[in-house]
Amino acid sequence: MAIIEIKNLHAQIEGNEILKGINLTVNAGETHAIMGPNGSGKSTLASVLAGREEYEITEGEVLYHGKDLLDMDPNERACEGIFLAFQYPVEIPGVNNSYFLKTAVNAIRKHRGEEEIDPGDFLTLLREKMKLVHMDDKFLSRSINEGFSGGEKKRNEIFQMMVLDPTFAVLDETDSGLDIDALKIVADGVNEFRKDPKKAAIVVTHYQRLLNYIVPDFVHVLVDGKIVQSGGKELAFELEDKGYGWIEIEPAPAHA
Amino acid sequence: MNQQIEPVTGRDLFRQHFEEVEDRFSSNGQSWFMNTRKAAFARFTELGIPTRKDEAWKHTSLNPFNEVEFRPSDVSDVDSKALLEGIVFHNWKAHRVVFQDGQYSEGNSAINNLPKGLTIVSLKEAFSTHREVIEEHLASYAGEDENEAFVALNTALHEDGLLVMVEKGVVVEDPIHLIYLTTSHAHPSSTHPRTLVIAEEGSQLTLIERYAGEEGSVYFTNAVSEIVLGENAHFDHYRLQDESPQSFHIGTVQIEQGRNSRYRTHAISIGSRIGRNGIAAHLDGEGIECVMNGLFLTQDDQHIDNHTRVIHAQPHCYSHEVFKGILDDHSSGAFTGRIIVKEGAQKTDAIQSSKNLLLSDDATISPDPQLEIFADDVKCTHGATIGQLDTDAIFYLRARGIDEQSARGLLTFAFANEIIEQIKIEPLRDYLEAIIARRYRKGAL
Ligand SMILES: Nc1ncnc2c1ncn2[C@@H]1O[C@H](COP(=O)(O)OP(=O)(O)OP(=O)(O)O)[C@@H](O)[C@H]1O
Ligand SMILES: [Mg+2]
Repeated sequence: MAIIEIKNLHAQIEGNEILKGINLTVNAGETHAIMGPNGSGKSTLASVLAGREEYEITEGEVLYHGKDLLDMDPNERACEGIFLAFQYPVEIPGVNNSYFLKTAVNAIRKHRGEEEIDPGDFLTLLREKMKLVHMDDKFLSRSINEGFSGGEKKRNEIFQMMVLDPTFAVLDETDSGLDIDALKIVADGVNEFRKDPKKAAIVVTHYQRLLNYIVPDFVHVLVDGKIVQSGGKELAFELEDKGYGWIEIEPAPAHA
Repeated sequence: MNQQIEPVTGRDLFRQHFEEVEDRFSSNGQSWFMNTRKAAFARFTELGIPTRKDEAWKHTSLNPFNEVEFRPSDVSDVDSKALLEGIVFHNWKAHRVVFQDGQYSEGNSAINNLPKGLTIVSLKEAFSTHREVIEEHLASYAGEDENEAFVALNTALHEDGLLVMVEKGVVVEDPIHLIYLTTSHAHPSSTHPRTLVIAEEGSQLTLIERYAGEEGSVYFTNAVSEIVLGENAHFDHYRLQDESPQSFHIGTVQIEQGRNSRYRTHAISIGSRIGRNGIAAHLDGEGIECVMNGLFLTQDDQHIDNHTRVIHAQPHCYSHEVFKGILDDHSSGAFTGRIIVKEGAQKTDAIQSSKNLLLSDDATISPDPQLEIFADDVKCTHGATIGQLDTDAIFYLRARGIDEQSARGLLTFAFANEIIEQIKIEPLRDYLEAIIARRYRKGAL
């Protein structure tokens, strides 16, 4: 069953076309990796899926569980189960993590027609997930991402994903800048998420290393706003070896 | 032909007031103060109502104020129980003093259990009972410059107010909750509340000074507070201006600080159509600490103008000032912060910052820091920022399921919270949090 279907997606910002016809279908239970050179449009794709309003969609459509995704507000998408782990998580001074997460959890529950979470249950949930990403209690009273190291910010994204329990996650370079221990923590979190066959993920990365821990079903190469190559996990090794240069001269498949 | 009667306003109006209420001041055991009142009124007449041509008023036009024909407030017998209900804090221990339309309201106050060493007495009474204190202190400090005309007007016209005295070494546990309340009148009314606080050596006190009025009523509050802190005295001050949105509020606070004393204020302005907030501290001794936290929220066509002045007159003093403004709709604000370091005030450590959040394209703010430094071994910093809500932060919150209105509310609250979280009075914090939630989150959470 398709969770997300991206069809001939074109997006531009300030008059520059960044996505030039993306086609990609992700089914339940699948993990897709997207690789590609800097500036090729990976984060743009992630942002468009999450609903960033600065981008103008000029052509194409995106269906989420068969519904028109592009018609939904970013918060509505999140409530419907879409999660974006940001490449650059935003620091928000003055808003503490636990208050923020409670607000988010309750917004999602309200959307589903559920009651607000019991404060005791909420705390138990936070503690349980915090342990999995190796964060200590002090973190809850700190402001969102304020003064966090790069690694802490990435782990916080995974922690939020675990707490919000989405259906479809897009992880934008969640591995960049992580040492091997932090990388394993992040990968464990994602693998836990993947266990559920109703869920699916897109993992954006520059490094084949991550894919040893999060083994993808498919690897796609995004160059200049288009998917120019798709394959199995071995494609990542080839890219690591040879770079992207060799791909660009090969003809892109009509539909990936 | 119809003859248009021009309303009497401004300087002429207050001359009428003075003539009208003069009799009241020459009786009640306060006739001895009459010369001070007369001199102050002469000074006011000389200065007149400030205009934008006055340097200290360049950000504020008093034209709307000058159009209103205020009346001196009369003794009102309005039952303000319902109004007070929304203002007092419940389940909270404090010495409560309420003034209604400028007059001490015994029925609404609760000061029967004063600890030893604390004196709370209405000024009207104090003219007879504490003449020496009043002679020495009242009208001795405030009004040196920025708000001089209005301080003079207050000195001439004040009918009542509060005298608070804390004796040497006395630590007053429960805060004083001072409320100046204006009820609605058939005519726009005016009051000139006056507060005098004398905290002797080593004493400690918390005062919450509130200004509130009935929603929809047009009136003028011209408040002056003088605070005298003896050596090593500790004073926590909360000043909450939450007047009716149609009112005019001019407030002046003057603090005289002695050696090693510590003053902390939270100056919060929410109400009034035009509000002026003047706070001046004179650090006249070594080892003094002076902390000024300010927060002002404006909406519709409100205008709030903050003026602070910190005078470092002696070495080794510390002042720390943060004023935050949140401006919405067509509203406007100003912050003028002066730090004056006098010759010889070495090792002064003064920090000042003005941070402003504009929630609408039509809102404006004029931050204006002014440092005047006449000593060479000092550390003085100042900074001003003006910004909008961070769109990346809004998107981040929305990407987690929080709707746009709530995301904006959350970020606005976070901005204000840097000041609010430092308030040690829990019910006051709750009160402000509720106001902010109502204003900016619009019930979305
Ligand atoms: N506001 C903008 N105006 C114009 N161009 C923009 C804007 N934002 C991004 N771009 C451009 O869009 C292109 C794609 O950027 P994007 O961040 O999606 O790349 P990426 O594949 O995620 O790169 P990286 O691997 O470095 O993260 C880049 O060329 C970038 O310069
Ligand atoms: Mg990117």
